[in-house]
Amino acid sequence: MKKTGFSKNRRNILKLGLFTGGAALVGAGISTAFVKGASGNNGGKVKVLTMDGKLVEVDKESIGPNSLQVATNAEARKGIEGKRFVMVIDLSRCDGCGKCTEACQKMHFIPPEREWIKVFKMKDNEATAPYWFPKPCFHCDNPPCTKVCPVDATFKRDDGIVLIDNERCIGCRFCMAACPYSARFFNWGKPQQPAEVEAMPYSPEQSYPAKIGTVEKCDFCPHVVRKGELPACVSGCPMDAIYYGDEYEDAITNHSGVTVSFRKLVDDNAGYVYLEDLGTKPRVFYLPPKNRIYPKPKVKKEDGQDNVG
Amino acid sequence: MKYPIIENDHTEKPETVDIETIKEDLLRPIKKIGPAGKIWIASLILICLIGAYAYYLQLKNGLEVTSMRNYASWGIYISSFVYFVAISLVGALISSILKLLNFEWYRPLARIAETIAVANIICAGLIIVVDMGRPDRVFNLFTHGRVQSPILWDVMVVSSYLITSLLFLYFSLLPSLGMLRDQLKNKPRWQMKMYKFLALGWEGNEKQSARLKKSIRFICILIIPLAISIHTVTAWLFATTLRPGWNSTNFGPYFVAGAFLAGTGAVIIGMFVFQKVYHLQKYITDYHFDNMGKLLVFLGLIYAYFNINEYLIPAYSSRSSEALLLNDMFLGTSSHLFWFTQSIGMILPVILLLFRKMRKPLPMTIIAVFIVIGAWLKRYLIVIPVLLHPYLPIQGVPKSWTSYFPSWIEIAIVLAFISASLLFITIFSRLFPIISIADIIEGKEKKL
Ligand code: SF4
Ligand code: SF4
Repeated sequence: MKKTGFSKNRRNILKLGLFTGGAALVGAGISTAFVKGASGNNGGKVKVLTMDGKLVEVDKESIGPNSLQVATNAEARKGIEGKRFVMVIDLSRCDGCGKCTEACQKMHFIPPEREWIKVFKMKDNEATAPYWFPKPCFHCDNPPCTKVCPVDATFKRDDGIVLIDNERCIGCRFCMAACPYSARFFNWGKPQQPAEVEAMPYSPEQSYPAKIGTVEKCDFCPHVVRKGELPACVSGCPMDAIYYGDEYEDAITNHSGVTVSFRKLVDDNAGYVYLEDLGTKPRVFYLPPKNRIYPKPKVKKEDGQDNVG
Repeated sequence: MKYPIIENDHTEKPETVDIETIKEDLLRPIKKIGPAGKIWIASLILICLIGAYAYYLQLKNGLEVTSMRNYASWGIYISSFVYFVAISLVGALISSILKLLNFEWYRPLARIAETIAVANIICAGLIIVVDMGRPDRVFNLFTHGRVQSPILWDVMVVSSYLITSLLFLYFSLLPSLGMLRDQLKNKPRWQMKMYKFLALGWEGNEKQSARLKKSIRFICILIIPLAISIHTVTAWLFATTLRPGWNSTNFGPYFVAGAFLAGTGAVIIGMFVFQKVYHLQKYITDYHFDNMGKLLVFLGLIYAYFNINEYLIPAYSSRSSEALLLNDMFLGTSSHLFWFTQSIGMILPVILLLFRKMRKPLPMTIIAVFIVIGAWLKRYLIVIPVLLHPYLPIQGVPKSWTSYFPSWIEIAIVLAFISASLLFITIFSRLFPIISIADIIEGKEKKL
């Protein structure tokens, strides 16, 4: 690992307010919780989570722009210690507006046809109701994609996130063939991205700058999660349909900052995972589209093979 | 000494021929290349150059120049890879099995088959690199290789098979090399030097012959599991995924059975061309064609058996994801291609070749050409429609993502690879006898 001028301490300490409070945060707005934690009362000290998952108190000044350095490759491969990220998508709330997709594309500088999170119109059966179905990468616990990668360019981290190292990927696209959920995209040509993005340092954690001939997909936004923020799609969802958080802590939060128990939410609402029988063990859970709070989508035959009616 | 030349079912009275004529006949293509031969070689080189230019464009602009997109993320590079592996399997496998079982009639065909095998396995190994988005990182396979990935298994078996089949070809070539070194005249110095070097001091004495026999036998045995595994592992590239249409326990044997049929078809084409162009009618006879025709029927029936398992059984149970794909194959957008392929590549050949008249060289070669075309199309059908039928519906994506037809760049590159394999076979047969002289003489002696 090459160190470039910054002390290890400064480099590795990133603000992570999101999950520091544990159960105490339940019910509080996450972003507020973070801001409060960051400014504190005494002004000079701030609580941060280090790369190796320890909660430490440091001088506020020590957190400067340097702390926004991207995670090193080794850090990005290991994951955020002591965490296990999950997502819950409440189908009864999703109205198909597509704001999650937009927010994601904006954050990762990807063109409009690359929908790392894509909202499908679904209708499973002639008799059942149509619904909207936002689908990111499921960060499967038994990921068929990482299994087949010949060079360990896509990997599963200890915190549950599946990432791609586009500085190692050889572009064989075996992972795309292996992913049953069509979650992966390929940079067929030169990526369309602003020049300043292209000049940025790369980390598998933020998935940009994109590189020609490599694979990309939803990354569960670990680079902003490290800073204590929610993934782009979660903060971008005006319907509060997407929750994100730590399974160990059993706390997940939505756009409005409502933090609830992951287990209870899934349990109370008969949560499920998509195509469970494939055995991929997704980390993205769905709540069924019961008591919808939005008008139903109109699903036509042309909308796709899985849709009837 | 005179030898009977025509291998037949012993109803005709055998003609006889002496050793000198055999040598003369088999060395003729090496001594002189006619104008037609030169034009043939030049056109193959031209196609290769066009392919090289197409690849240059692909390197410059990325895989964007292909028609592959995020659903059809593999295209004809991968299906051609499977095709090359299929064709290459048979050469060595049939040779070694028939050699081990002492099938005498096969002697003049062995080297044709082995050359086809080597040419195609080289193409298979290279076209996979062409498919890669980052060929500049190919060495990551060695520095960061993960043995858990079927791609690594493929790298291992394909390279082992390449080395073994090269040795197989080379060992049986040694006596011929000795002969070329001693008997050829008026050839460029480099060529004579090459023969001398490659012949490894071959004199043909008893000790050398015994040692060679033993080595060939050893390689014959070694190459059988390798040949089966190259195609089985290639099938596993697909079968290890969870895609409906690929995730099939039938895939390994299904691929191997298909490869047997395709490769035998290729050997028949080779037999015909060499017989005609190099005037080898004395050595490759109707009797050989008849035998190969019977073999084709047998292999076609085995292949049909695996096809029934692969398509009709899932269609019977009709699990929804599987049914969508099969519906597309049987009745939908891929159905024309599917039925065309199944007919020309399997059903019609089996039926036609039941008739003795169809097992004559010309009609059978035409059938074999269709088998080989069918084999290529079949691999296209194995790879692409599956990718276009994912579990989740294809909605709201650019039009180009929803279907696949190869771009000119892909077509040019694949044609270049096919030309390269033909070029390899042509040049090989112009440098070395395509029928093993020593083998023929040995075979004749055994008969007397
Ligand atoms: S959804 Fe696809 S890409 Fe994401 S972890 Fe699962 S298999 Fe891999
Ligand atoms: S495309 Fe890249 S990430 Fe995917 S399997 Fe190949 S090397 Fe791994």
